Amino acid sequence: MYRYDEFDHRFVAERVSQFRDQAARRLSGELTEEEFRPLRLMNGLYLQLHAYMLRVAIPYGTLNGKQMDRLAYIAEKYDRGYGHFTTRQNIQYNWIKLEDTAEILEKLAEVEMHAIQTSGNCIRNVTTDQWAGAAADELADPRPVGELLRQWSSLHPEFSYLPRKFKIAVTGSPHDRAAVRVHDIGLRMHLNDKGERGWEVIVGGGLGRTPFVGVTVRDFLPEAELRAYLEAIMRVYNLYGRRDNKYKARVKILVHELGKEEFQRQVEAEYARKPATNVELDVAELQRIETYFAAPAYEELPKFSTGFENARIQDKEFAQWVKVNVAHHKQQGYAIVNISLKPEGGIPGDATAEQMRVVADLGRRFSFDEIRVSHAQNLVLPHVKRDDLYTVYIALKAHNLASGNIGLAGDIIACPGLDYCALATARSIPIAQGISRRFADVKRQEEIGPLKINISGCINACGHHHVGHIGILGLDKKGEEYYQITLGGSSSDDAAIGSILGPGFAADEVADAIEKILDTYLGLRTGPEETFLLAYRRVGEKPFKEALYANH
Amino acid sequence: MPIIKDGAFAPDPWVAITDDQPIPATGDIWVSLARLDSDWGTLCSHAGELGVEVPNTTKAEKLKPYLGKLSLILLPFPAYTDGRAYSLARLLREEGYIHDLRARGNVLPDQLQFMKQVGFTSFEVTDRFPAEVWTKAAQHISAVYQEGYTEPHAARTAIWEARRARS
Ligand code: SF4
Repeated sequence: MYRYDEFDHRFVAERVSQFRDQAARRLSGELTEEEFRPLRLMNGLYLQLHAYMLRVAIPYGTLNGKQMDRLAYIAEKYDRGYGHFTTRQNIQYNWIKLEDTAEILEKLAEVEMHAIQTSGNCIRNVTTDQWAGAAADELADPRPVGELLRQWSSLHPEFSYLPRKFKIAVTGSPHDRAAVRVHDIGLRMHLNDKGERGWEVIVGGGLGRTPFVGVTVRDFLPEAELRAYLEAIMRVYNLYGRRDNKYKARVKILVHELGKEEFQRQVEAEYARKPATNVELDVAELQRIETYFAAPAYEELPKFSTGFENARIQDKEFAQWVKVNVAHHKQQGYAIVNISLKPEGGIPGDATAEQMRVVADLGRRFSFDEIRVSHAQNLVLPHVKRDDLYTVYIALKAHNLASGNIGLAGDIIACPGLDYCALATARSIPIAQGISRRFADVKRQEEIGPLKINISGCINACGHHHVGHIGILGLDKKGEEYYQITLGGSSSDDAAIGSILGPGFAADEVADAIEKILDTYLGLRTGPEETFLLAYRRVGEKPFKEALYANH
Repeated sequence: MPIIKDGAFAPDPWVAITDDQPIPATGDIWVSLARLDSDWGTLCSHAGELGVEVPNTTKAEKLKPYLGKLSLILLPFPAYTDGRAYSLARLLREEGYIHDLRARGNVLPDQLQFMKQVGFTSFEVTDRFPAEVWTKAAQHISAVYQEGYTEPHAARTAIWEARRARS
């Protein structure tokens, strides 16, 4: 894992003291709320419906036990004993006081964390594959590039007042778990014949009101040029991105309005004007960072773990959990443990301080002190010995952390919605809870197979409903919440935006509607290997429409 | 409006000539970009110093032919959240412009450091904040990650360079 050196420490400490000063000037009235707003936003502090919300960055979703313990401490001391892990691999606290914020930031800085640029019209926290460094299918760990970009984008003097927020995702695996096609910039690693790393640069993807799948502007950008090339993209966007309409200000609109070729031409012209002169510095920095991401000291283990196999035979529930929640590790004898934060009827992504401490402790004991946050709002212990899986499972189970539903119907992504968010048009949490209860039976979830249900509480799409296999968007019709359903979206390699099925449903009809859709799917699939998404792509929306609207 | 230059409030020696005013024979003056275009014949041999204010939507290439004659360029911040002038300033510096680059409009202490880092050298500000506030704001962050964004004479560490020098 990356560790701060004295420069990183100094930088974050100064940032905290700067914020302390800004908050004091706001509290004394020297700064108007309007002037203070972007300053606090750039430190992750939002004003929500009932209180301030503080969003803490978890760069590329990686953290250690000490950091997780600190997040638990903050949840207890300054919030109501829990935190909410987000779709951008961050954590947010919903009940924070402005007066406490500088102190919280100080506590975070002590464990090498911050809230820099988790909000505001700047380059946001970089996200990546939650299995980075562990996945069996990975070309190389993308996190060194994630860290390079974290540093480069932190308080970037030229790109801190962009037309709109800017999100970057990176992946080092051919199987995209970072949704790189639906980010402002998505970076995907490739290897050439010589085994050198290069990056496919995808620009202009995004969700929100006008969802787009991004376009590839470079197929194979040499790694050393990454930072310089990104600077050219950012400059074109900063100068020519629309600022007249907040809803047209994301880079996806610029790319769309100019067209891929013209956008690409402008970026290349800017890049050619200022060729990467200092790539040596980038290379040196990247090499320095890479040393922190060296593989942990794995033991040489046999393929077969007797303890694990016995436990699997004796405890059927464990066997089921393993089947669904445990993934292949690149190192023989190890496994990736996915911890679901989606218990039956729970709030997706919420964890109590106690649960955070349990995970921190398990990470220290069984996963080389490494924990990940996934963009599906779950947690991951990336390097667990197969021999230890049962012990880990029992500990998780004791704290309601052993739901075996990763990637299934119960693994719902949902934004905070009207329960917290000032922009919401409808609630999303109760909808998620309703569906989660309806499909509580793991057997049934397994029968249905891989499924992504994503829920947003308004058109801003923080719950990524466009790319859910089943997407649910909460809207408001004359004071009544109603929910629009889309089918066929995906954020993976086969990225696609879902299409709207038909008229919306009232809150209490949603779970029924989802059930009908899934029953229809089960009835028409060619076999269990034809997933919901594949089946939908084969048959189209007609059978689902008929099932849903036949009696309407 | 007070001017901040070299870290202190300073008198403004420049005279703004609006588009309907005649161009004086001498003195340090600045005009609009439209005026610079239309009256370049006269302005190119102006006896005093010459400056220009350019909208933040201007392409940097447009200014290239004039750069040799200019010793003040003013870039506006219509709102402090409108960040186009940061890139424009940077582009002008990269094009080799070495004289005074002034930020005007909605210029606030909390953006001062970024403005300096991209190449602004003077600032037209309100008198709402005392000098110390400006000075402090520009010095808050003493170490930066971005290469090539540390202004001359500022005690700011370029982190990547410092790391490399040390290793
Ligand atoms: S999608 Fe809408 S309701 Fe949900 S968090 Fe985003 S802005 Fe709020």
